Amino acid sequence: MNILLAILVLGSIAALFGALLGYASVRFKVDADPIVDQLDALLPQTQCGQCGYPGCKPYAQAVADGEAINKCAPGGEDTIKKIADLMGVEVQPLDESHSQGDIAQSNRPKVAFVIEEDCIGCTKCIQACPVDAIIGAAKQMHTIIIDECTGCDLCVAPCPVDCIEMRELPDTIHNWQWDLASIPVKQLD
Amino acid sequence: MESVIERITRGHFWDFHGGIHPPQQKEITSSKPIKQLALPKQLIIPLQQHIGREGDLLVSVGDEVLKGQALTASTNPMVVPIHAPTSGTITGIKHSVIAHPSGLSQLCIFLDVDGEDKWRERHVCSDLSTLTNHQIIEKIADAGISGMGGAGFPTHIKANSKPDINFLIINGVECEPYITSDDLLMMEHSNGIVDGIKILDKLLNPAFILIAVEDNKPKAIKALQNATTDIEKIKVCSVPTKYPAGGEKQLIQMLTGQEVASGTLPINNGIVMQNVATCFAINEAVRHDTPLIKRVVTVTGQALAKPQNVWALLGTPVNFLLEQCALQPRENVKQPVIMGGPMMGFSVASDLVPIIKTSNCILAPSQKEMPSAFDNQSKEVECIRCGQCSDVCPSQLLPQELQWSAKAKDYPQLEKLNLSDCIECGACAYVCPSQIPLVHYYRIAKAEIRQQQQLDLKAEKAKVRFEARKLRLEKEKIARQEKHKKAAAARKAAMNKSTPEATGAKSAVAAALARVKAKKAAKDDSSDNNTAEHNQTVNEATTSVADDQKSQVDAAIARAKAKKKLKSDKSSLATPEKSTEQATTSSAKPATNNESPADAKKAKIAAAIAKAKAKKLNKGDEPAEQKNEPEALAENTKAINTDKASSSDKDNSTGNTSSPSHNDKKAKVAAAVAKAKEKAKIKAQSATQKESLPNDDNTIKEIDASEVSQIANTDDANTGDTTDKKAKIAAAIAKAKAKKLAKDNKSSQEVLDNKCSSKNNDETTKQTNEST
Repeated sequence: MNILLAILVLGSIAALFGALLGYASVRFKVDADPIVDQLDALLPQTQCGQCGYPGCKPYAQAVADGEAINKCAPGGEDTIKKIADLMGVEVQPLDESHSQGDIAQSNRPKVAFVIEEDCIGCTKCIQACPVDAIIGAAKQMHTIIIDECTGCDLCVAPCPVDCIEMRELPDTIHNWQWDLASIPVKQLD
Repeated sequence: MESVIERITRGHFWDFHGGIHPPQQKEITSSKPIKQLALPKQLIIPLQQHIGREGDLLVSVGDEVLKGQALTASTNPMVVPIHAPTSGTITGIKHSVIAHPSGLSQLCIFLDVDGEDKWRERHVCSDLSTLTNHQIIEKIADAGISGMGGAGFPTHIKANSKPDINFLIINGVECEPYITSDDLLMMEHSNGIVDGIKILDKLLNPAFILIAVEDNKPKAIKALQNATTDIEKIKVCSVPTKYPAGGEKQLIQMLTGQEVASGTLPINNGIVMQNVATCFAINEAVRHDTPLIKRVVTVTGQALAKPQNVWALLGTPVNFLLEQCALQPRENVKQPVIMGGPMMGFSVASDLVPIIKTSNCILAPSQKEMPSAFDNQSKEVECIRCGQCSDVCPSQLLPQELQWSAKAKDYPQLEKLNLSDCIECGACAYVCPSQIPLVHYYRIAKAEIRQQQQLDLKAEKAKVRFEARKLRLEKEKIARQEKHKKAAAARKAAMNKSTPEATGAKSAVAAALARVKAKKAAKDDSSDNNTAEHNQTVNEATTSVADDQKSQVDAAIARAKAKKKLKSDKSSLATPEKSTEQATTSSAKPATNNESPADAKKAKIAAAIAKAKAKKLNKGDEPAEQKNEPEALAENTKAINTDKASSSDKDNSTGNTSSPSHNDKKAKVAAAVAKAKEKAKIKAQSATQKESLPNDDNTIKEIDASEVSQIANTDDANTGDTTDKKAKIAAAIAKAKAKKLAKDNKSSQEVLDNKCSSKNNDETTKQTNEST
């Protein structure tokens, strides 16, 4: 009898808490996985697809689902470190197989440049651009909005006449950085 | 507020945290008047001399410009125009090293001075009251005035502040060592400065105007006091000398006791601050219509023989100023030139760096004053945590903490330590016993943080654009699918419904289908017609492909007849009428055959019968020849069937009769055989013709026959599409047979001759000879 009573009491308590938890999970449901948004915020948003995913958000989703954290070439070591901190995993060296082009080799930001006299106006690059940074229409010369270009490289391959190339942004006083090593300014004759 | 004014009138001021008292070095230049310089040969005028953006060019290379003429313009409020400092010719618009610590190049206008110094037309305004505030601000903006104290913020924006202003502070502190340009300006042009202040008073209408001057400039204070005696609103404040009292936030704290919160502007506290030189420039612009084209520059340093303040046109290269002040260069070492003061200035990268609106000092220190920057580098040692930097920091920051974080590139920590509040005054570096160039570390870190912020902004923008694009593509896809679905549904509905529109659509579809069919039929027809035309005579009425086959058969029959005729002609030359009659019937016969497709079969059967009869005839000799044409049709088959060849043809005929469905093929084979035979015959005939023409009639008949055979040949060639393959096979067989026939022909001809017992016996023997 006592055993039955104990089972009954414990069972009813279990049912009560179960119901409570069930209600809470419905009532306080979090729509999106917040870790994905946090990861997405860490990624460089070049939308270059070098990680093998069609954009930064999908890669963030994949990392949240257990994908390797070292596939973001434009982000480099910094991003890997940040992701490792967030996910609580070991920092891994950048997976070189996911870096194509010069993006990983040089820190200098690059943007696409259309050699306008060669452009035939095929609109292939416009379709490839993940951030709509190319202006143009069929049989009209195209051009890049430099301020919007993320330097992802995706427009270079589709060009049938190879008229797009990646160029480093020139040094201006707006993006110039103080460099301790150069403080003894060389005087030109 | 009253207490503030009371304190100020009593000469009591607040104090800001920290600060240093470096050696003044102002006496080098403060005792000499401002010198008017000769015009330099060339001016290099950078398009951008202030914070903001460069304007759009108004001039091009080769243009003659007058003094005061605007060179750039823009409607953007953050753009300040530049003007030609003197008259001359523009010889180039290209990149040149500018007054910036980076030593980078920017677009500059190169102006070759003509020496005439000819002004553009000016409109001097004698009465300020005739101008509205808006007009005054427009004049200030058009004159290209930006803050001349150092930051270079566009003045017309600052002078257009809307909210109630408690204090307008005129900054004449000039706390940095060596610099005396504002001091001299206040001494010599106090009235002009006060007039400028009056204009600002009109625009901003502040409660009080405070002119702050350090107490180490008694002459300037005196001059300003004399100029403002009749104005109650203006107070000239002699503030204690301490570096960096001239900093905006520090001066506000000193005068009013208020602290400007981090990340906000003084305007939030109801305070506007202007430099004295800016006030002077405002007066010049508004009253005398003189744009900002020159400024007072302190050219100083112990490397100069004649250090002094000069009126320098904007764009004057540094080397010209140094020359004018008698630079005595160091031996074997490049003379370092610093633009700005020793605390906050920077080494210029080139002697050709021009004076711009914010350049207040050119410092050419001697070896003693400032050992080479290169030697300085190696002297940095580890921080000893003495804490002196924290004591002197006017912004109450923790410089040594900042330095560690900056070295570790720990930017979040730097932001936590309020690096952005650092005014880069250099006080910490000045007192540092370890000679750590602290400010440089901060500058690097600041630039990095700014860069990172820009990247973050860009990334955010890219993200938004990426998401927007994704959304758009998705929408387009859905829209497309919906459209297809709708179109499909509409089609279906149109097919099923019997509404007028639906039936209309249906009938339209049907009509289209009908059109297509008609087109196809027409095509077939035309091709048939073409073949028919080729046929010329015999098959006028050909309308279907089946007719081709029929006609083939007919042709075979015709040929057979022709042959027979030929033979019969030979045998019975005495009756030419009959033979002609035969010819006409033979040519008429195919026509009758063409009348109905069913006749084809009959004809074939008839042909088979004929063949069989011919075989019989082969034995029965003459009687067969006297029979009617149909029976005699297969005269030449009889010829083939003589002796050994008879068995194969027998198969043929039996096949024909037993299985009419295969008649087509057989008929063709027969036709081919006939064709081949005809060829052989033609050869024989041509031989006959060549040999001799003993009988005219005979030759005519022969020609007739050959004509018929030719027609038959063309008939064969024009077999329909469907029978192409068959025809080819038949042709191959025919070829094979033809070879056989070549042999047979010889024997058959002999046999024929024998049977017919013709008169032209000799001739036929010759024919056979020829054919062999």
